[in-house]
Amino acid sequence: MDAVGILPLDVIGWLVQFWIALGTAGLALQRAPRLINRVIFPLSALTSLLLALAGLWALAAAPNILVLPLGLPDLPFHLRLDPLSAFFLILLGGASLGVSLYSAGYFKAMAGGTLGLVCLEYHLFLVGMTLVLLADDAYMFMVAWETMALSSYFLVTTDHNIPEIRKAGYLYLLIAHVGAIAILLSFGVMQGGNGIAAYTFDAMRAAHLTSFWSSVAFLLALFGFGAKAGVVPLHVWLPEAHPAAPSPVSALMSGVMLKTAIYGILRVTFDLLGTQLWWWGVLALALGLITAVFGVMFAAVQGDMKRLLAYSSIENIGLLLVGIGLTIIFHVYGKDALAALALTATLYHSLNHAFFKSLLFIGTGAILHATGERNMGRLGGLIHHMPWAAVLMLVGVLAIAGLPPLNGFVSEWLLLQAFLLSPGLPNSYINMLVPVAAAVIALAAALAAYVMVKFYGVIFLGQPREKALEHAHDADLWERSGMIWLALACVALGLAPVFVVQQIDLVSHALIGSGLGNAATNWVFLAPVDTERASYSPLYFLLAVLGVMLLTTILVRRLYHGRLRRSAAWDCGFPAQTARMQDTAEGFGQPIRRIFEPFFKIEREVPSPFDTHPRYHGQTEDRLWYILYLPVKLLTEKLSSLASLLQHGRIHLYLAYTFVTLIVLLVFV
Amino acid sequence: MEYLNLILAILFQLAQLLLVVLLAPLLTGWVNQCQAWLQNRSGAGVLQPYRVLRKLFQKDAVIAYNASPLFRVTPYIVFGCMWLAAAIIPIIAVDLPFSQAADVIALVGVFAVARVFLALAAMDIGTAFGSLGARREMLVSFLAEPALLMVFFTASMISHSTQMPRIVDALAHHQFMLYPSLAFAALAFVIVLLAENARIPVDNPTTHLELTMIHEAMILEYSARHLALIEWASSLKLFAYISIGIALFLPHGIVAVGNWAGLPLAIAFLLLKMLAAGAGLAVFEAISAKLRIFRAPEFLGTAFLLAVLGLLIHFLLGA
Repeated sequence: MDAVGILPLDVIGWLVQFWIALGTAGLALQRAPRLINRVIFPLSALTSLLLALAGLWALAAAPNILVLPLGLPDLPFHLRLDPLSAFFLILLGGASLGVSLYSAGYFKAMAGGTLGLVCLEYHLFLVGMTLVLLADDAYMFMVAWETMALSSYFLVTTDHNIPEIRKAGYLYLLIAHVGAIAILLSFGVMQGGNGIAAYTFDAMRAAHLTSFWSSVAFLLALFGFGAKAGVVPLHVWLPEAHPAAPSPVSALMSGVMLKTAIYGILRVTFDLLGTQLWWWGVLALALGLITAVFGVMFAAVQGDMKRLLAYSSIENIGLLLVGIGLTIIFHVYGKDALAALALTATLYHSLNHAFFKSLLFIGTGAILHATGERNMGRLGGLIHHMPWAAVLMLVGVLAIAGLPPLNGFVSEWLLLQAFLLSPGLPNSYINMLVPVAAAVIALAAALAAYVMVKFYGVIFLGQPREKALEHAHDADLWERSGMIWLALACVALGLAPVFVVQQIDLVSHALIGSGLGNAATNWVFLAPVDTERASYSPLYFLLAVLGVMLLTTILVRRLYHGRLRRSAAWDCGFPAQTARMQDTAEGFGQPIRRIFEPFFKIEREVPSPFDTHPRYHGQTEDRLWYILYLPVKLLTEKLSSLASLLQHGRIHLYLAYTFVTLIVLLVFV
Repeated sequence: MEYLNLILAILFQLAQLLLVVLLAPLLTGWVNQCQAWLQNRSGAGVLQPYRVLRKLFQKDAVIAYNASPLFRVTPYIVFGCMWLAAAIIPIIAVDLPFSQAADVIALVGVFAVARVFLALAAMDIGTAFGSLGARREMLVSFLAEPALLMVFFTASMISHSTQMPRIVDALAHHQFMLYPSLAFAALAFVIVLLAENARIPVDNPTTHLELTMIHEAMILEYSARHLALIEWASSLKLFAYISIGIALFLPHGIVAVGNWAGLPLAIAFLLLKMLAAGAGLAVFEAISAKLRIFRAPEFLGTAFLLAVLGLLIHFLLGA
């Protein structure tokens, strides 16, 4: 590859420029929305594909470095492409390929002016995420990080004439910037006061911080990236902002943008900071467990399909953080193989989540287009009207519920294996923590299945709860092709785990200096340590299930008959049943609400028996908002109202202030 | 020699596949018969489940107007998953070739696939009963599944493997010793078995009273061959769970593949254990009352905590 003199980083540079060009062209072509939909988004999808391929190429290559003639006087932009960046670029390219294809169909109803802006912001968002992954100095990183944050803010507020969306966007912007400040401070700590040139990542790698300052840098980074990832208690913006955005943007934000935060934590912890401390791992593990259970619990009680998915993203971020925590613990105690296993599980799950969450989010977009409804309580029976969306979403639902033989199961399996292999750490407290943590993971995974049965069952199955649903149309060809790509990726990642693990091994070797060598011995069986210990073969598994099913079908048909009759469903002798009497999303979440009652803030308005216009209203809210955020908000409002005492908008008063200040200064100085 | 062993192992695997699917209804019949005796009835005989299956297969299937393809394919998926699950648990011989493809975590996954499809199919028609059953089933399982996983974890901590044959090997072919952690796990497992197989005190397989039913509410819309497959799958599930219980907690008597001399004894042992377990289940059901639905999570929470306790004890005592 070096013979032609082209490096993967060069290719990615061209692709980034092409994306910028596409975005600008979109803005210029406001008058021709058809062109934007039919040409620009498909070209963007092609660019994503090439980006993923370039990432795959770079995974095995030596790190590429590029210094751009841009940036600050003493700090030009540094770019670096190493296996970790390459892995996340594959994730970005693979997921955005599906989302861009889908966007070609999704935005067709949008007015030209808005569409041009959305197109520009969409591509800047992609460029921002790509550059975050490539940045090799703090300045470049922050510029890219802000590009990503701001472009996504504008995308979130696309429908800015709805007050809730403006509010969600503001909350997002606020927390994103609190996080960005923490990240910047973390870089400041890591550069150790050695002048502006020390802001390159190379200088940070070379700097040897004391364990105190390392910990400070780690905590700041965990806070900053945690705010972007939605780690509890910094999650409040996520269930507001992700659903507010147009569905392809929700997909990119949940599927890809959250992963840039995971990338950031990995980059800082294992690359920029030379040494790690064991309690960092415990902290990450604990935060991850809380986040996972919290996310899935709240997902179970949501009635809005996009909010449900957003909470499910919080859960998955929790699982990823658990993986990172385990990796740190194992790495500190020198258990290299185990650290590689935990890291593999983390990266694998990042990849899986990017695909199935994007799939589900764009699926909800298709439903939103077909029905104009986000509230699951008004959907139902869509499997009959939207068969394509129903089948493709079923793949995503089964994958995210962690069911074999799809991809969600593989990463869950790897993570549980990491837990099972963990005894034998020298710290007995951590040894005790491990089984409890494994139990919590198992609980979160089982609850995820509950949530997904609710999600799919209420939306697609049963009878349509509204008359208008009879006219729901299926996803169009572009939308469908995007969903097909993501669904196929979910299946492929589930069926070929050995190949994926081999690729991830390259990242593990580069990042923590060890990998899962044994996994490569046999291409059908995934065996992280050895086959005696544990192995899993999704391919054989699928073949066996299909074989048994086929055999059963043939036998039943051969030996008996295939006679089938349709009739009305059994109504228990009460013929006046309507579709409104089906279980609702709220009803389906009721047991969870009841079991985990202390965690929710529940407001219920139940009619009395004598009400002439009975109305039932129930709302489940997040206690943390009231405990942590509301006091801060109230305090800010109080302080600003105090400040407004000074402010009257009359010029002579302001002149008087100036005069008094001058007198005071003259007297004292 | 290598090939011979492999062929032998595959033959064993196929034999077990055939054996479990044929024997499973017998176990259900035996449990029902024991219950009848305990209730002072004469009972329909242990072969009754076979008669029911034959009757159901011969009937014409009736499904609702708005049933989707998902509804029709689910019985086959559920049956396939349960059959496979029952076939990878070593009950007579260890070293079944297929168990390499799916370890205990995957086994829990297989059960989950069947459960999720059954719950989805229950919601497909859109009657109140179906979704009620689905919701309750998922409620029971989100506590039972982690508990089962923890039970498996305890066993695999002891045997250093998540492969079912390795676990059984480690537990069966060592000298008899009592693992305190396994005792806790066994208690938890019994609770999980009762819950997952829709037995009293969590569910009642014989009731059709709307306030109490879980499993029966889910399959209310099924008839004929679809119902037959689901009933058969339920038998297989019970069989699989009892097999797991035997494999983890009473594995003595299992033979290695190719040990022809030990085989008759192994089969005799298995039958004896199955009979005892089925009778035990019937006795337990006879002496306990069904719990209110919101007591069920507490009951299952107990199982979950017991299983985690077992795991912790393993860490503390190393046994």
